[in-house]
Amino acid sequence: MDKEIKSFTVSIYTENNIGLLNRISAIFQRRHINIESINSSFSEIEGVSRFTIVVNMTESQIKKIIGQIEKQVEVIKAYYHTDEEIIYQESCLFKIKSDLLFEERQIQNIIKESNAKIVTVNKEFFVLEKSGRKNEIELLYRELSAFGIMQFTRSGRIAVTKEEMKITEMLAAFNN
Amino acid sequence: MNTETVKIKQGKTKTTVRISGSEAVVKCLLAEGVDVLYGYPGGAIMPVYDELFKYQDKLHHVLTRHEQGATHAAQGYARISGKVGVVMATSGPGATNLVTGIADAQIDSTPLVCITGQVASHLLGSDAFQETDIVGISTPVTKWNHQITKASEIPEVIAKAFYIAKSGRPGPVLVDITKDAQFEEFNFNYEKCTGIRSYKPVPKTDILSIENAAKLINQAKKPMIIWGQGIILSEAEEQLKAVIEKAGIPSAWTILGASAIPTSHPLNIGMVGMHGNYAPNKLTNECDVLIAIGMRFDDRVTGDLNKYAKQAKVIHFEIDPAEIDKNVKTDVAVLGDAKESLSQLLSLLNENSHPEWHQKFKDLYAIEFEKVIKNDLHPTKEGLTMGEVLNEINMQSKGDAVIVSDVGQHQMIACRYAKFNQTKSNITSGGLGTMGFALPAAIGAKMAAPERDVVAIIGDGGYQMTIQELGTIFQTKVPVKIVVLNNEFLGMVRQWQQLFFDKRYASTEMTNPDFVAIAKGYHIEAKKVIKREELADAVKEMMACKDAYFLEVCVEKEDNVFPMVPSGASVSDIRLE
Repeated sequence: MDKEIKSFTVSIYTENNIGLLNRISAIFQRRHINIESINSSFSEIEGVSRFTIVVNMTESQIKKIIGQIEKQVEVIKAYYHTDEEIIYQESCLFKIKSDLLFEERQIQNIIKESNAKIVTVNKEFFVLEKSGRKNEIELLYRELSAFGIMQFTRSGRIAVTKEEMKITEMLAAFNN
Repeated sequence: MNTETVKIKQGKTKTTVRISGSEAVVKCLLAEGVDVLYGYPGGAIMPVYDELFKYQDKLHHVLTRHEQGATHAAQGYARISGKVGVVMATSGPGATNLVTGIADAQIDSTPLVCITGQVASHLLGSDAFQETDIVGISTPVTKWNHQITKASEIPEVIAKAFYIAKSGRPGPVLVDITKDAQFEEFNFNYEKCTGIRSYKPVPKTDILSIENAAKLINQAKKPMIIWGQGIILSEAEEQLKAVIEKAGIPSAWTILGASAIPTSHPLNIGMVGMHGNYAPNKLTNECDVLIAIGMRFDDRVTGDLNKYAKQAKVIHFEIDPAEIDKNVKTDVAVLGDAKESLSQLLSLLNENSHPEWHQKFKDLYAIEFEKVIKNDLHPTKEGLTMGEVLNEINMQSKGDAVIVSDVGQHQMIACRYAKFNQTKSNITSGGLGTMGFALPAAIGAKMAAPERDVVAIIGDGGYQMTIQELGTIFQTKVPVKIVVLNNEFLGMVRQWQQLFFDKRYASTEMTNPDFVAIAKGYHIEAKKVIKREELADAVKEMMACKDAYFLEVCVEKEDNVFPMVPSGASVSDIRLE
């Protein structure tokens, strides 16, 4: 049996209904699994929502959880993938005192090297946006925290798979 | 009532009637063929009750004495009739009182539609009087749930509710309707639900998987079947019997599978699990092919999974894909409906008989009979045993009664010893183990099968959890037989305390009331049996009684249920004493 705990990205296509987030998160909760990150948005299919959930567990555990998610009436299809099987990103925002931009030369270098983007600047603060992988964001966080961060927030992971997901065909099959 | 013609999509015209949301609820129930429902009124559901009053000649509402009782009664009704059980309750405490029954129905795959009233939509989230987030609360224990805030949603949502509750692996559904939606008028039109794009109730059966299963079964020297409630839910009893007989396979059942094949069938080898029969538990770890049909390898069935049927190839016939490999790794998974799969399997099976393998079950049964069964059914000691009460009921009902059991020692005894001639004869709370289940469930069972004797077997503990339903029995005059096996203990917990907690009987001894007086207070005929020589006559009187009847039997206080697979042990380490 596989005992190795890995990071899995779960993609769930669902109907867009109230309470479904609750129903899905309860499946993780009852097995005492912590959700590392969660994101919900509309998908490539009209009227269909897509959840992206990151969890750490063994493959045999995630298989069982996928089965229990798929069995929910309003879930169309659920998939799980390892990090190697997907293209994924997270996004974050830093709010930093504007003075530092001029007083600490180093900050300008950090911004350039990290490929972060300045979203807005005013007299009091500027906002920096960075998209990338978790470790890149964490690196930028460490570098900037030396100078003081007024506010920081990071989004959940969003991901697309390298392989095709045959969800559209599944829905087309139902309509016929 | 206004009638008007409304143009709907695709240019078709339909005649609709303009009615209130609450009347629509009743019309939806009638359209789904509902003739009885169980419930309890209250503020937020009053408009619907007002309509129930108008429609009382078509729809029989049974007023239980607690909302939990309504859920269990609906479960008993659903399990016997094969139809959806319907429950109605008000918001807040009315709704939360349903939760235990809903959870019970979820884990035992019983189709229920529960309709709850809710505060008016403008009050949602404001901590209004009797407001509770029942959709949030019931989410983990329902197959599906939904809140309605507009009358126009009522027909579609209720149609979906019935479809979801009954199709595929059945389960409970809750529909919460705000009070303003009940009052609102709209153009009513009802269409039954026939499909939901995100929901596949029955997975496609792969013919290859059936061929692989047949191959393994045909090659097997020591095959064994364990069937569960899936057989009863898919009405596959005949197909199962044909498979068993053709391939000559000794077949055991889970607690919820009981009665699908008659007890007297020579290939019926008894119950598996913690207090199941000796032979099927022992030989689970000796068979070469284990065929599981419509069961879910509950931990009370398997004991230690690391020592469960490791030597066997496992075939799993199952409608719910999430059950495959959940607990026991299968070699061949046959997805789909049992009735369909088993009839396909039948034609591929070779005729077989496995006489030596059968003999092993007979030999082990002889040991169990000598060490356990004989003393349970025909005791020589002074005190009465639960087993001899069951034996007496068997003899007098001739195995034709529906046995409804509660939870605990008496339940294990009832399931072990009750004789069943026909399917859908054993109603009990298996997965959730809900004490208090039996009395209200017996009410629903009897209403679903008025021509059959329904005997509730209940312990003195569980009886007192829903004893108020005697009021429902009195008011509806539903003639159920109630047998309380009184040992003045929470017997199963006491047994564990004796075996695993050095006889420290923490909070398990019960000082009980005069049960006969209580029954008589509800104008129910009642009798108490203390001595063995009174038993047969008392059971006879009970079975002959045309009305409801209460029989208390005082049994030995500290008897234990054996055989027993101790918690966490392997099924083959089953103890006989």
